[in-house]
Amino acid sequence: MQIRKMALAGAALLALATSANAEGELNIYNWGNYTSPELIKKFEETYNVKVTITDYDSNTTALTKIEAGGHGFDIVVPSANYVPIFVDKGLLMESRPDQMENFKNVSARWRDVPWDPGRHFTVPWQWGSTGMAVNKTAYAGDPNTSAIFLDPPAELVGKVNVVPEMNDIMGLAIMYFGGEPCTEDKAVLKKVRDQLMAAKPKWLSIGYGTTDKLSNNEMMASVNWNGSTFRARLANPNVVYGYPKEGYVMWMDSVAILKDAKNVENAKLFMNFIMDPENAAMISAFARYANGIDGSEAFMPEDMKTAPEINVPAEFADKGKFLPTCSPAARELYTAIWTELQK
Amino acid sequence: MAGKAQVDPPGGYEAAANAQRLHRNWLLSLPAIVLLLIGASGPLLIVLVYSFLHPGDYGGVIWKPTLDAWFKIFFSVDIFDETVHLADAHLSIFWRSVKLSLLTTLITFGFGFPTAYFIATRPKSQRAAWLFLITIPFWTNLLIRTFAIMEVIRNEGIINTWAIRLGLIDQPIQMLYTEGAVLLGMAYVYLPLMVLPLYAAIDRFDFHLLEAGYDLYASRWQVFRRIVLPLVSPGIVAGSILVFVPSLGAYVTPRVLGGGKKMMIGNFIELQFGQGQNWPLGASLSMLLLIVVAVALLVYVRTISRDRADA
Repeated sequence: MQIRKMALAGAALLALATSANAEGELNIYNWGNYTSPELIKKFEETYNVKVTITDYDSNTTALTKIEAGGHGFDIVVPSANYVPIFVDKGLLMESRPDQMENFKNVSARWRDVPWDPGRHFTVPWQWGSTGMAVNKTAYAGDPNTSAIFLDPPAELVGKVNVVPEMNDIMGLAIMYFGGEPCTEDKAVLKKVRDQLMAAKPKWLSIGYGTTDKLSNNEMMASVNWNGSTFRARLANPNVVYGYPKEGYVMWMDSVAILKDAKNVENAKLFMNFIMDPENAAMISAFARYANGIDGSEAFMPEDMKTAPEINVPAEFADKGKFLPTCSPAARELYTAIWTELQK
Repeated sequence: MAGKAQVDPPGGYEAAANAQRLHRNWLLSLPAIVLLLIGASGPLLIVLVYSFLHPGDYGGVIWKPTLDAWFKIFFSVDIFDETVHLADAHLSIFWRSVKLSLLTTLITFGFGFPTAYFIATRPKSQRAAWLFLITIPFWTNLLIRTFAIMEVIRNEGIINTWAIRLGLIDQPIQMLYTEGAVLLGMAYVYLPLMVLPLYAAIDRFDFHLLEAGYDLYASRWQVFRRIVLPLVSPGIVAGSILVFVPSLGAYVTPRVLGGGKKMMIGNFIELQFGQGQNWPLGASLSMLLLIVVAVALLVYVRTISRDRADA
């Protein structure tokens, strides 16, 4: 172990020493519209590496493609509840980011996380919450409740959108009835099913594209992500973000190196690079989510420093819950409810 | 042994030549056959096999045979009282797909037939230009065309904005996210697929037969029903197949224009491979879709060809 550590440290030193000349490629597989072009440009210029970015639209898409092999990617950015699946399937390299130089910048709260104890595989990319976006010209009441979509107030009937993210929606609805995300408790799930079925006729749609549609008044409320709501508010000041007091969903996407990566050294350079506060701030400035790196606030755009979508108000700070990885049994129950909802 | 070559081949020289030609033709078509076997049958076979396996915990399959996935298409165990009943959620999704696809076929025929007839009756020099116009939408990606329709019918889109500006309505009409929007989108997208085969059939139609019909005191309807329809039926069959089959598997249009509140079979299959992570169920649904299409086509083609034999 000691020898391995030393070898690693040696390799890291070597990488640092030759960093300005490290040539080659890096293939990043990340969510769409999520990677700051400025960040990539800076990385390419600093290390003389050609970066290629490929988009995916869901964790399952990424998982399926990577499992199939022959993808040629070096880096992937799965959500917290998918990291254990990637690790269990042996798809990630134990790249030990916790031993990298810039790991000291990672906020204490993100250093030892349930989905990657001790951060042996992943470094934080961005984190945020799934809550409610409400246009206050349509509804002036309290947006801090999941009742916005589970029991829409009269003003919002026919104007609410729900994002087609089964786990998030089930998580919100389960917490609304006092349950734990990923529960298999049928008493809770029955309430959830009945409530969802009763609420659905009052919805406008089940779809994505919320940033644009909230911006141009196409939808007056939606289950939505905080960063997306932030971007919508910048375009349309009437949009507010609500943290459901019954419990809201928290998530974090983390950068990991794939086991069959071809450009391991460049991938490690990238991991270390994004743990630098100035670089992490670039990630956030683009996609408008918090990043989990201490000191990055100083480099962030002014409007992000005070944004209520990014800085969780104290009264809601303890209401957020990370979605664990649901058991296959729970997922089967949820899929049945989800299917019935859209029949 | 050398003498054997002198002996006449059994069946004579002509048969031998035929056999050789046949042999050569087979060889010539071999690349296509191999490609089809690998490219089309291979993946289908995988789908078929997967539909008889257990789902893996997080996607994938476990190699243990079961009929579970097929059972689950038609029957569901109620997750609350554990009674077994017909899977009405699945059946209503299937029925919606079939219904919308049939309607799409009818609508495209309603608009496509006059269009094809119009083009086929233009002077020969102009037809190419008209056909060219029909194919222009294919230059643009399906997704972009679908979003273009969305732009036209959404609440702050072209129709609603102008209707309000002209004082026809004071509140925008909710057209987006309805079954009507899905139907509009599919009819628009698949219309060229109906027009082109119809045109090919009408183009071959001998218009002297119309005069003959009228000479024999047939009404306009009778001429259409008894002369035109039977003679262009191959075009109708081809067009209907080309529209019905992709409509049944439509994925983008219902998702973008339908607002996602009601799934079609394509979206349902995607759910199983995606968030549902039940590949065998997705595979069995895909196979069922294939079987439905194959049976429908067989019945359709049989009926049409019998009609023609009768006529």
